[in-house]
Amino acid sequence: MASGSDIAASTIKKEKQEKGLKVFLRKCKEQQALLWMTVPFVLWVFVFKYLPVWGWTMAFQDYKPAVSFSEQEWVGFKHFLFLFTDERFLGVLRNTLAQSLINLVLGFVTAITLAVLINELSNMKFKRTVQTISYLPHFLSWVVAAALVSSVLSIDGIVNDVLMGLGLIEKEILWLGVGEYFWGILGASEVWKNVGWNAIIYLAAISMIDQEQYEAAKIDGASRIQRIIHITIPGMKSVIVVLLIMNIGYILEAGFEPQYLLGNGQNVEYSENIDVFVIKYGISMFNFSLATAAGMFKTVISIIFLFAANSLSKKLGQGGLY
Amino acid sequence: MRTKEDKVFDTANIIFMTILCIFMLYPFLNQIAISLNDATDSVKGGIYLWPREFTWNNYEHVFEKAAIWQAILTSILRTVIGAGVGLLCTAMVAYAIAQPKFMFKKSVTIIFIMTMYFNGGLIPTFLLMRDLNLIGSFWVYILPTLISAFNLIIMRSFIEGLPNSIFESAKIDGAGDFRIFFKIVLPLSLPVLATVALFVAVYQWNQWFDVFLYNSSNANLTTLQYELMKILQNSSTTSSGDMASAFANSASGDSNMVTPKSIQATMTIVASVPIIMVYPFLQKYFVKGMTLGAVK
Repeated sequence: MASGSDIAASTIKKEKQEKGLKVFLRKCKEQQALLWMTVPFVLWVFVFKYLPVWGWTMAFQDYKPAVSFSEQEWVGFKHFLFLFTDERFLGVLRNTLAQSLINLVLGFVTAITLAVLINELSNMKFKRTVQTISYLPHFLSWVVAAALVSSVLSIDGIVNDVLMGLGLIEKEILWLGVGEYFWGILGASEVWKNVGWNAIIYLAAISMIDQEQYEAAKIDGASRIQRIIHITIPGMKSVIVVLLIMNIGYILEAGFEPQYLLGNGQNVEYSENIDVFVIKYGISMFNFSLATAAGMFKTVISIIFLFAANSLSKKLGQGGLY
Repeated sequence: MRTKEDKVFDTANIIFMTILCIFMLYPFLNQIAISLNDATDSVKGGIYLWPREFTWNNYEHVFEKAAIWQAILTSILRTVIGAGVGLLCTAMVAYAIAQPKFMFKKSVTIIFIMTMYFNGGLIPTFLLMRDLNLIGSFWVYILPTLISAFNLIIMRSFIEGLPNSIFESAKIDGAGDFRIFFKIVLPLSLPVLATVALFVAVYQWNQWFDVFLYNSSNANLTTLQYELMKILQNSSTTSSGDMASAFANSASGDSNMVTPKSIQATMTIVASVPIIMVYPFLQKYFVKGMTLGAVK
């Protein structure tokens, strides 16, 4: 009895599968143009984006470039253990976190402030001009930006001139030559480069706020500052939360261009972050395994942060990022 | 009606914004002034917004070198080809994943979006390029960055927003997907195409790291940004690099001296002027792209 119905069920299943396959093939034929449009690029994405992940195996080997995969020597977590007992790498980790946190806080506060203040400008022409000028540094490459920053901070640069003129310092300071200043310089450079651009999204959020709220507040006698605090800033709240969470997810991604380009022998203890460490060990010293271990560590932590941030965002009722 | 508080607030705001604009522009204007000032005179310092001893000498020196023309050519080629090819590929995939009936709509979308959150890292990517024989080739600038997930999502959102009736009536007329894509979707998507083309073009123009990684020993494939990077690194380490040392050598025997400082300023301007000239006219597209990308 039972076996009879089993057989019946399995034949039905088989028929269904055959039917499913037929339907699938018919659909493929129907949508062949769409398949032609995507399949080559799916292959591309696998080769260029997914295949390199296979290279993470290097982190568990003493990789030698000339030797085939099967003949590589496996060493387990040796490179990770080395990293976490290496004083230099622990310093690198500290720099990565400190640089990211400074950039995060400075970036948020300045972009939100700028958006609020731009929104308060009543002369449209002046408003547009300010916006256009504030975008400018965003479009420059980091190489150009680094050239500008190092020139401004040089011994005969404007920063030293102004501080000397105001009598705030007695002697010119070689700003990029003092490690302790590097995090601040990096944070300021990031603000200079991106504050205008980052303000765009907040300005878009402000433009969605109902104008009647402002009118009502005015009638109730709320001052300009009060209106900003009680209407404009709460109006941006959801955008701020989403962006904050997303940025926390990217906390280890402090970038490498300014650190690499502005870093030098004198500030290396404060400028070197994980990415720069990977470049130095991997590309300059050919220690592929150690560099890959450091890079892999960063990516894995980032993904964990990102998932945590995303579920936090969903819990707070702000909706996920994906 | 403006109250007294309004007046104080507005004045303070305008003053603050003016200072901000100076803060944004000064470093750039200062480099222009130095690049147009006599090199030996610049060493004395004190050049701010205006050249003291005006000269075109620095620019003449920079443009005399064959290496700079090579770098300009490579920069232009990768910008134009990268933007053109990247645009077409991104638009095609975006069109496919915007079709509600497409059987792999969801999986293809996820496969691309995942690339926003992880990557194999520097060394594995480098070794992949080596295995694909892309090192020492121009295509290493184009192929690895063909489609960015961010641009793909911007474009998909736009195409999904197009009125569905256009597609339906085209299909009734017997048009295939390729025909619809080229004849209907592309012409209707001009604003978003402009946005993405600009994102890619700016990225390509500003790149220096892939040159450093893959083509640093290929003199005929370096870019403007990379040449500027070498000058920048040389000025802090004073080791000799190709172009920088060439400048130094030519400078010593010449009556019209150039210095690392003036050459760096001049190269900075040369490397950024194309973008500075173009971006004010295109900013509305950028802004639209930013907000479009953020919505999703």
